[in-house]
Amino acid sequence: MKQKTLVLGVIGSDVHAVGNRILDYAFTHAGFRVINIGVLATQEEFINAAIETNADVLMVSSLYGHGEMDCRGLREKCQEKGIGDILMYVGGNLVVGKQDFESVKERFLAMGFNRVYPPGTMPEVPIKDLREDLGISEE
Amino acid sequence: MQAVLLIDFGSTYTKVTIVDLDTEEILGTARAGTTIETNIMDGLNKALAQIPEPSGGWNFVRKLACSSAAGGLKMMASGLVKELTAEAARRAALGAGARLLEVFSYELTARDLEKIIAAKPDIFLLAGGTDGGNKEILLKNAELLSTLPISLPVVVAGNKAAAVQAADLLRQRHAPVIVADNVMPDLGVLAVDSARMAIRDIFLSHIVHAKGLDKAEEFLEQIMMPTPAAVLSAAELLAEGSGSERGLGELMIVDVGGATTDVHSVAKGDPSKPSVTLKGLPEPFAKRTVEGDLGMRYSSEALVEASGRRLYDYLGWTDEQVASQLRLFKENPWRIPQTEEEAKFDAAMGRMAVGLAVDRHVGTIEVIYTPFGATYVQHGKDLTPLPVVIGTGGVLLHHPNALEILKGSLFDSAEPTLLKPQKPRFYLDKDYILAAMGLLREVAPQAALRMMKKYVVEL
Repeated sequence: MKQKTLVLGVIGSDVHAVGNRILDYAFTHAGFRVINIGVLATQEEFINAAIETNADVLMVSSLYGHGEMDCRGLREKCQEKGIGDILMYVGGNLVVGKQDFESVKERFLAMGFNRVYPPGTMPEVPIKDLREDLGISEE
Repeated sequence: MQAVLLIDFGSTYTKVTIVDLDTEEILGTARAGTTIETNIMDGLNKALAQIPEPSGGWNFVRKLACSSAAGGLKMMASGLVKELTAEAARRAALGAGARLLEVFSYELTARDLEKIIAAKPDIFLLAGGTDGGNKEILLKNAELLSTLPISLPVVVAGNKAAAVQAADLLRQRHAPVIVADNVMPDLGVLAVDSARMAIRDIFLSHIVHAKGLDKAEEFLEQIMMPTPAAVLSAAELLAEGSGSERGLGELMIVDVGGATTDVHSVAKGDPSKPSVTLKGLPEPFAKRTVEGDLGMRYSSEALVEASGRRLYDYLGWTDEQVASQLRLFKENPWRIPQTEEEAKFDAAMGRMAVGLAVDRHVGTIEVIYTPFGATYVQHGKDLTPLPVVIGTGGVLLHHPNALEILKGSLFDSAEPTLLKPQKPRFYLDKDYILAAMGLLREVAPQAALRMMKKYVVEL
């Protein structure tokens, strides 16, 4: 089966680089082609990278609490740019303070994300979900 | 004596430089109007005749030429995303010395195709998709291009998985069609060398003939490259050195012309300060930009418009004074300033052209406020520590105050986000030999380098 492509990045004015490297390593190791656009990534950079590389999933990280603002409108922009059906995952410290994760998840699902992960999620969880969503059987 | 003849068939002038390889000296330089309509050799002979012949006549050991005559190397290009493969294609074409007319992104529209037919570029560069990425765009655009009523040389430098198939589609209508490596093999990776070579191959095999320059090739060995490619090559040599002969280090060359202003930088441009994040497409080490709206004569109106307030503040003239001066240039593009006031205007225009062209060439820095304090994001090259700026081109060489014009390239504390050189040394290519030295590099790189170090003088 053709290798699946992920665009990985940390969205907004967020400079958390360590987790980004760990995820890059974990997803690459799991057999995905990882296009890592790094930190301080804008919505446009995610979308342009996905168009050019024919990516299957946008993997959005946000660690600094402003994820809700930074992610708003991403699905709509994807639709506008012709990749409206692309899978979108998001994870990290998405909002400020200790909010109930279920309500956070609701908000991000409503924004058009397919999977939403709370802080402290191990890479194995999204890897398993990716395989399921992309119809890849475990090697 | 080992005389070498170096010729630049320019759009306006045919410039000849004769050097002696033994003494590494310039024996003579001259220029005459380029005669592309009749026989390219007429202008060349007229220029040659101005240089006193030694007794026994010239016995050239090498005769090399570059050309930007007959409109230069006109190119158009296309990619997928404007900021990604389309931008990579733009850089590949500019680095090959092309006069780039337009770069298209996404699927070519009917209007884009009309533009291509009307402009009839010498070469079309088709890019799009990273390797392993989007294939559709390359195939779709190849298919659309194959419906054109004209045949063009095409270089395909897109997704390798689709390039051969795209080339087959193109060959139904176009010739030659050359497949080069992808200009952007992976996201954020620029790989323009293969495309540049392919462009140069087509230039040598087809364009020289199509433009009627091959009449000169009976006399010469070869027209080796477009003139801007020769200048860029000279810039690389002068910066990097050759073997044991050291270069000047990282540098910038500003060429102010009547119609355009070219800027070449040979520099890495990595951030000069700590905690700066680099974003955007990486820049080529040897980077060329061309500003079609910044010229001293043919584009003088556009230049005044682009300069805006800056020109008026610098000159202290009224709208009417500027307008009447522009009219004079419109009547006669080759007008040489007659009065002190005119010379002042010329210097101001030159400074604006240099300033704006360098503004657009260099990178920018932007402050982003994060919850952890300010952080800096750099796009493009940081040229603030650049040690050398060299001026060339007819306007600068014939101007009494070239330094004043070149200072337009300096960092301006009023615009701290533009990463222009802060304390460079300024040089002038006073004998106008850079293109010739780019040619000489092909046969005698160390001699070319030493001659540049001798004849390009510090101001």
